[in-house]
Amino acid sequence: MALPEVKQTVTQARLANLVMPDAGCTRAAREDALARVLEMGLPSRRDEYWKYTRPDTLIAPEAPHAAVFHSDEPLLFSDLDRLKIVFVDGVFSPEESDDLTLEGVSIDRIEDICCKDIHWAKELYGVLETRGQTPVQRPLAALNTAFAADGVAIHVTGKPSKPISLIYRHASDSSDAMLHHIVRVESGAEVTILENGPAAARFNKCIEIDIADGGTLHHVRAQGRDHERRAATHMFTRLGRESVYKSFTLTVNGVLTRNEQIVELTGDDAIAQVSGACVGDGDFHHDDTVFITHDAVNCESRQVFKKVLRNGATGVFQGKILVKQGAQKTDGYQISQSLLLDDDSQFLAKPELEIYADDVACSHGSTSGAIDETALFYLRSRGVPTKEATNMLTLAFLAEAVDEIEDAALVEAIVNRLEGWLSRRS
Amino acid sequence: MLEIKNLHVKLEEEDKQILKGVDLTVEAGKVHAIMGPNGSGKSTLSYVLSGRDGYEVTEGSAELNGEDLLEMEPEERAAAGVFLAFQYPVEIPGVGNMTFLRTAVNAQRKARGEEELSAADFLKLVRAKAKSLKIDADMLKRPVNVGFSGGEKKRNEILQMAMLEPKMCILDETDSGLDVDAMKLVAEGVNALRDEGRGFLVITHYQRLLDHIKPDVVHIMADGRIIKTGGPELALEVENNGYADILAEVN
Repeated sequence: MALPEVKQTVTQARLANLVMPDAGCTRAAREDALARVLEMGLPSRRDEYWKYTRPDTLIAPEAPHAAVFHSDEPLLFSDLDRLKIVFVDGVFSPEESDDLTLEGVSIDRIEDICCKDIHWAKELYGVLETRGQTPVQRPLAALNTAFAADGVAIHVTGKPSKPISLIYRHASDSSDAMLHHIVRVESGAEVTILENGPAAARFNKCIEIDIADGGTLHHVRAQGRDHERRAATHMFTRLGRESVYKSFTLTVNGVLTRNEQIVELTGDDAIAQVSGACVGDGDFHHDDTVFITHDAVNCESRQVFKKVLRNGATGVFQGKILVKQGAQKTDGYQISQSLLLDDDSQFLAKPELEIYADDVACSHGSTSGAIDETALFYLRSRGVPTKEATNMLTLAFLAEAVDEIEDAALVEAIVNRLEGWLSRRS
Repeated sequence: MLEIKNLHVKLEEEDKQILKGVDLTVEAGKVHAIMGPNGSGKSTLSYVLSGRDGYEVTEGSAELNGEDLLEMEPEERAAAGVFLAFQYPVEIPGVGNMTFLRTAVNAQRKARGEEELSAADFLKLVRAKAKSLKIDADMLKRPVNVGFSGGEKKRNEILQMAMLEPKMCILDETDSGLDVDAMKLVAEGVNALRDEGRGFLVITHYQRLLDHIKPDVVHIMADGRIIKTGGPELALEVENNGYADILAEVN
């Protein structure tokens, strides 16, 4: 079906501002992706999948201006021992990064996978993104595959002694960054990947994660600090037999964030947990869009999303569990909750279940509410001032999502960040 | 210590008068008990004194050591020395009991211009007090009152009271939902806090609790007023004959 003219115009205008990197062996994947973009067109607010989030600024030819936020607060995870990989406005910075050698893992820039002839990477680039285009179209991810200027290929073959930390630094008010990472976790391997930082004025990021049988990936990311930044991110994850994927995303501030997570459980007995906590106020708009496909027996998936919104902030949750025929003994759980700290804020939720197997346990729930007045009075009656009591209850609300993270040091780092945000803003 | 004069209170939401002129003075070092039939206004009195929303004072006053309680926020009342042991202690998922206690203790100390307790000092104190109330380490770690039995919740209230060392302790039906052993434990906790600087207002339906927490003065409340005041023997009279005789006598 031909694209509506408006969509064609908008898509062409965006493409006119982009140059496909000279990328050797990924060229074919990029050309394919471009063809998908042309076929789908970039998202518009008339698309069902973009009903609650306006994509205009994400697809405009130029990135809207976003002032770089300066803060004395050290960046998240600063005091953790980790392997640092730094990108400034979406460009790898060797000076600020650590030496990329670490036992149990090999890390290369996407632009090097061809000359180094890294087979797994060549075979993964764009593949999970392509698979993730059905049944719902994700044109911004295809755009990313076609035009991403940088990114890393992480091959995990053992159990690295420390987390791999992707750090995104925003340096220019008008930066428009596109990064594409690919990750392959081999059988029995285990790694923690951290991501944090505001990246750019506008950020389009795509990660494709392939976890082989028995592999484990812990993924904790934080998007924060800059108030005016915009981001659209896609994380495509495919899980093999008995593999484990645990992902948590913290979002504070940011005028527009759309996080899509697409998880495919393709091997029996795999476990996927995706969770997120976000806090925002004013023009903060945050959208979590999750699609989990069960295509194997006895797999478990868990979605836990919590949002704290105030002063007119908007939170969106679109979460789907698709259980394919034959995916028996599936255990799917989904909860999305918002805490609205005033009457001006709103939470829009669209939880969905689609089940074609007959022996499954799936549940979903979505709530939005205010601070529990009874609990607030209880705390105040013990001498805790209203603001402090409200913050305690707010943190308690977020705890259920944060506690999805296994590593206690990471939990502490996230909680500290949330406490800081709350105390600055109450 | 606590001085309530001609206190009239109505519900904010509806035009319903609950307290219709309560006069009550609790002296330091004394235990006053309030008994009365359901709906007489006992719990309302405890809520109004601790500052809960939803009530409007239409007349009268309530002072603690000369300070106007009714003008204060709940947290200010707490810092001034008011403590309400809740009839139904509130469950707060996600907030650890220990964190809650420490925050409360230090918030009050801060409000009074005192130095905050260090983590080590706090821990030492809370362990000692918890032990005497048979509260184990696990209960201290769990979220506030979540999954606690009725008895554990009430013991947790008394633990908070012991940690906060209030001047004026109000116990709202602390005996409800307790078996005899749990009640003894709670009563022991309360008795351990009795001293000449502290006043108690014990609200109860039954004389039972007063066997363990011996009151100095007993008040009977009915229809928003204190209708009779006497010694501990008044509680026995209620236990034996119910409220009917006293109500009839007053009317």
